[in-house]
Amino acid sequence: MATRWLPILWRLVQTIPVVIGVVIISFVLTRALPGDPAVQFAGQMATAESIEQVRVALGLDKSLPQQFLIYCKALLQGDLGQSIATGRPVLTDLATRLPASLELTLTALILSCLIAIPLGVLAAVRQGSWIDHLCRVLVTAGVSLPTFFTGILLIYVFYYLLGWAPSPLGRLDFIYFDPPRVTGFFLIDAALDGDLRTFTGAAKQLALPAITLALFTLAPIARMTRAAMLTALSSDYIRTARAAGLPPRKVLFGYALRNALLPVVTTLGMVFSFVLGANVLVEKVFAWPGIGSYAVEALVQSDYAAVQGFVLAMALLFVLINLIIDLSYTLIDPRIGFSSK
Amino acid sequence: MSSLNRRAFLASAAGAGMLPFLRVLPAHAQARDTLVTVFGQTINSLDLHRVGTNRASYQVAINCYDRLVGFGAKQLPSGEMSYDYDEIVPELAESWTISEDGLTITFRLKPNATFWDGSKVTAEDVKWSLDRAVSAGGFPTTQMAAGGFFRPDQFEVVDAETINVKLDYPSKLALPNLAVPVPFIINSTVAKAHATEADPWAMEYLHTTPAGSGAYKVARWEAGQQLVYERNDDWIGGTLPAIQRVIVREVPSAATRRALVERGDVQVSFDIPDRDASELADRLTVHSTPVENCIHALCLNSKFAPFQDADVRKAVAYATPYEAIFEAAAYGRGAKLWGGEDEISDTAWPRAFPYDTNLDLAREHMARSGFADGFDVTLSISLDLVSWMEPAALLIQEAMARIGINVTVDRIPGANWRTVALVEKTLDMHLENFGGWLNTPCYYFFWAYQKDRLFNSSAYDNPLVHELTEKTLHMAMDDPEYAPLIKQMFEIVIEDLPRIPLYQPALNVAMNGADGYEFWFHRQLDVRPLTGAGA
Repeated sequence: MATRWLPILWRLVQTIPVVIGVVIISFVLTRALPGDPAVQFAGQMATAESIEQVRVALGLDKSLPQQFLIYCKALLQGDLGQSIATGRPVLTDLATRLPASLELTLTALILSCLIAIPLGVLAAVRQGSWIDHLCRVLVTAGVSLPTFFTGILLIYVFYYLLGWAPSPLGRLDFIYFDPPRVTGFFLIDAALDGDLRTFTGAAKQLALPAITLALFTLAPIARMTRAAMLTALSSDYIRTARAAGLPPRKVLFGYALRNALLPVVTTLGMVFSFVLGANVLVEKVFAWPGIGSYAVEALVQSDYAAVQGFVLAMALLFVLINLIIDLSYTLIDPRIGFSSK
Repeated sequence: MSSLNRRAFLASAAGAGMLPFLRVLPAHAQARDTLVTVFGQTINSLDLHRVGTNRASYQVAINCYDRLVGFGAKQLPSGEMSYDYDEIVPELAESWTISEDGLTITFRLKPNATFWDGSKVTAEDVKWSLDRAVSAGGFPTTQMAAGGFFRPDQFEVVDAETINVKLDYPSKLALPNLAVPVPFIINSTVAKAHATEADPWAMEYLHTTPAGSGAYKVARWEAGQQLVYERNDDWIGGTLPAIQRVIVREVPSAATRRALVERGDVQVSFDIPDRDASELADRLTVHSTPVENCIHALCLNSKFAPFQDADVRKAVAYATPYEAIFEAAAYGRGAKLWGGEDEISDTAWPRAFPYDTNLDLAREHMARSGFADGFDVTLSISLDLVSWMEPAALLIQEAMARIGINVTVDRIPGANWRTVALVEKTLDMHLENFGGWLNTPCYYFFWAYQKDRLFNSSAYDNPLVHELTEKTLHMAMDDPEYAPLIKQMFEIVIEDLPRIPLYQPALNVAMNGADGYEFWFHRQLDVRPLTGAGA
């Protein structure tokens, strides 16, 4: 058993230099950005003295190496620092906002996979048929419509005109209390609490933004599924399988799809990490208290600790996702092993 | 219909106010005692004095805390309601007297004033709070200094209900400056219990937990999402508000906010874009109040050689397409500040400068200047304020091309804007939007025309204006000397043109099912006078 875990451990050890690099780069980059936090946070009316007072209060009067040492020391104790803008520890901010983003992104991706993978498979199997064209139209539309546009359009139709969707006011309407926090995912927390009303409330709020994001992420997944399926279907082993008289279902799902899944899973990982950071626009339109808008706000205000915390969290998440994807490779295709790498 | 219908809930029962927040609130009955407001900003602290507290958070100081005094209300000629700078009314103070020499203001506290926890508001609390405002550093301390408050020793406890505020010099700004959001009164017993050696002013604690005596308490605060105000039924600072509970939701997207207020799911959408205001005006109640003492201006930096030439500055002023800018950038909301009378007959400010779009005059001035062949200049705007700056800048660019000035528009990220525009003052030509809290012309001049002041982004340096501003800043406005001096200041800056006023912007608020809105100089929503309507 230990031999199975060893490679994973080794992979984790390999990420340490990456994380150290991210810490240094994010520190240097935030400082290199134009904008002076002392001026920003000295408030509306400021004089040279009050700006200086703020600079000292924020510890920005110290030299860069000194600031870096202080930052690293805190980091080693698990302290990401204090966000000036929110006045709370960055760790607390991330802990409340990251689950909101994850919940939205994961729901959107699941939704998107449920549609995109069957669609891609069908498009590949019935190449040139109407379903192939439908796939093409959906993919083109999904990629070419910017998410904020789709978001506003959905709000206009389903909330403003039809009144089916609840007010686009974030994760939960104000008549609910947040479910007792376990995972930070409202759907899971409400389910664990056995609170059906909050669960449906949260699900309703989630629907429109998740569909918006799903439409956007549909394209790469469907395209990749279709392409990979086409390659698989035209390969020798499928011809052999068919010649051997295996049932079409077995050929399609047992051999073709399984082999086609590898590139799809890779794409999925990339789309996930991309969308998690890039769904700022969806978050803004739906007042979703996610991590993207948090990072943008922090960047605009030169809130150093918050920006660094965000970058670090994303880096760690990225490392984790890559690990999961690599692990899933070995499940999909037993020929791929960790130890060989 | 399930019980989840919000509108039904909001139009909900007289008794609902007494209900605690339920998982799901029941829907029944008539009178409105809960209002939902949305805005695009985010409240980042419940303590205005903390370093880093943003403007949107000032509303907590207004709604949850009392000051010694406040401002009265008045009706503007347009019919809108507004606070009244000229009328100081009691809030925690019952009465006050100003000594003969104008150096001591003695406040008597209301004997029945209590904090939320039931303890009595004493002169000690007042002293502690004012001490905190002048000692905290950063914005609160700067704002206190504007009224002549610099040190804790200026606040003297006489007895439990009496406090003296001492001034180094008499100033007309002293009393009004005690009515701005900054000098709010904190329950010092509670605060001190949470103070530490490193944090003597309990900034950490009050950041998330207000301790005041104001009209509303904070029932819930979820940073980045919402703030819920709950009425303090024992409030003695003014007339008890009609609304039991006010929910402030943060919705960044203007399009979403518009949909919400149009549907009536929220009753107040605060600070909406000019465009939405002009489009919603026939359907909903839209209040557009020109922001007092605030000017959207085109600034010409004195460090830039061509702008040192008076004829060039006048040429720019005559070439500027005011009307088009007002329509495109402000959708006609606000007040015009061009084409005014040549003669200065009053001390009204902001005032229309006597310039209007006149290309012939502009060309004449250009020809007479040392830059008759034109020149290249960069017009900088802030990315945070593109909604009005972008259209204005493009129209200016187009207009300046006609008199031979080749303008390049440069968009500067918000984080960098204050540093380059206000602190370093290195932008040759730029747009600026300063507005002063205290509504006197000399206060505007103090920040925007005096040498080295933050908002003097044109790096304007005129010794006479500097001296006149010093002289008038603390002088009583009914002093016979005041008006002539102010008029002289107006004349100089109208002639010198370091800042060319474009228009006076408006603060727009859309209401659907609420009433009682009052405009305030701090440009935040005072929820205290709000009432439900039409529900």
